[in-house]
Amino acid sequence: MTGTTGQISRTAFARNQWYVAAYGREIGRELLARTILNEPIVFYRTQDGGEAVALADRCVHRRYPLSAGRLDGDTLVCGYHGFTYDTTGTCVSVPGQKRVPRTARVRSYPVVEQDSLVWVWIGDPESADPDAVPRAAHLADPAWRTVGGMETVECDYRLLVDNLLDLSHETYLHGGYIGTPEVAETPIVTEVDEGAGTVRVSRHMDDAACPPFYARSTGIEGRITRWQDIEYHAPCLYLLHSRIAPRGVLPEPDGSDPNAFHVEITYAVTPSTDRRVYDFWCVSRDFAQDDEDVTAFLHDLNHTVVMQDVDALDLLQRSLDTEPEGYQELSINIDTGGLAARRILTRLAAEGEPQPAHAPAAAR
Amino acid sequence: MSGEHTAEVYRIAWVAGTDTLHGVCHCGAERTARDPVEMWEWMLAHPVGHDREIT
Repeated sequence: MTGTTGQISRTAFARNQWYVAAYGREIGRELLARTILNEPIVFYRTQDGGEAVALADRCVHRRYPLSAGRLDGDTLVCGYHGFTYDTTGTCVSVPGQKRVPRTARVRSYPVVEQDSLVWVWIGDPESADPDAVPRAAHLADPAWRTVGGMETVECDYRLLVDNLLDLSHETYLHGGYIGTPEVAETPIVTEVDEGAGTVRVSRHMDDAACPPFYARSTGIEGRITRWQDIEYHAPCLYLLHSRIAPRGVLPEPDGSDPNAFHVEITYAVTPSTDRRVYDFWCVSRDFAQDDEDVTAFLHDLNHTVVMQDVDALDLLQRSLDTEPEGYQELSINIDTGGLAARRILTRLAAEGEPQPAHAPAAAR
Repeated sequence: MSGEHTAEVYRIAWVAGTDTLHGVCHCGAERTARDPVEMWEWMLAHPVGHDREIT
């Protein structure tokens, strides 16, 4: 942020952070390839313990993707020449000879499986603290019914963060689905907690039209009280606490809220490459848990909404890529939260930069 | 809003019915502005310019 106008800076990743790599259900005995922060990684689950394993997805021999190989028990066999790796990335077998070169190993990545999500740590493994993984407990809580999915967006991951931190776009991009005029019209409150690395954006609508997403799922007819409370745990986890109730219905004095409908909208924003981001999305509700029509409706409608964002962000990135160096943006009140998120991401990226080392010798 | 707060919390409220932003630094200093970029620059310059209310 250097002035009223400005532009998004060069892509820089916050490496020393946890990122969602996959839903737990995606990782099994089939090899799963994901590229995270420009690093190709192969995931699988061990046979007995069922532990998720993350290894660099390039064989040390000729760089063949290990994800194109196969599992033999808990070892991973390269599909090209048979180099075989254990769960730590150590090569335990090479073809035709007994001696395995001492340097024959691929990187293994710290992994945490929590709240139905598999998180991976790309940066310095010594700094990987499993207790620092932010929680999304509702995703694995039977009191909530959750639907979800994942899409890839061909854009700088920060465009998706921008999108999620400023929900005024719901009125225009998602009108007739989740957006109504009141979203863009209602002022927001933004809080940044520097110590925790979180951004909170709150928008409370006292008297709003009920969009189809909520009208059909809750059965509310008429106008509503609609609260949106965003909690962004930079860089990856985004929680939107959504409260829907008939107009004027508020929580009880004791804090309970039996007359409202609650929906937790969860996103995990995981940079894949400089121009690709994994967009994990979930919708969790505390009502009509057994109503399969509601389940299917919320899944399908939210998928439609996500794809509207995917198309818009793909278009925006292609447009930005044609802009001359030094193009300008203009920020207004609705951008207060997005600007805060950008700044925190820049700080986290700087903190994760490797320390300067001796200049490498010229390649020969 | 939910979640645990640390001691360093910055808050910017868009004042209802206006185009004005009202910012409160974690030190208690306050400011009003109509530009979020200007507001964040002031906020993050703490403690510079935070010894009194500036409007």
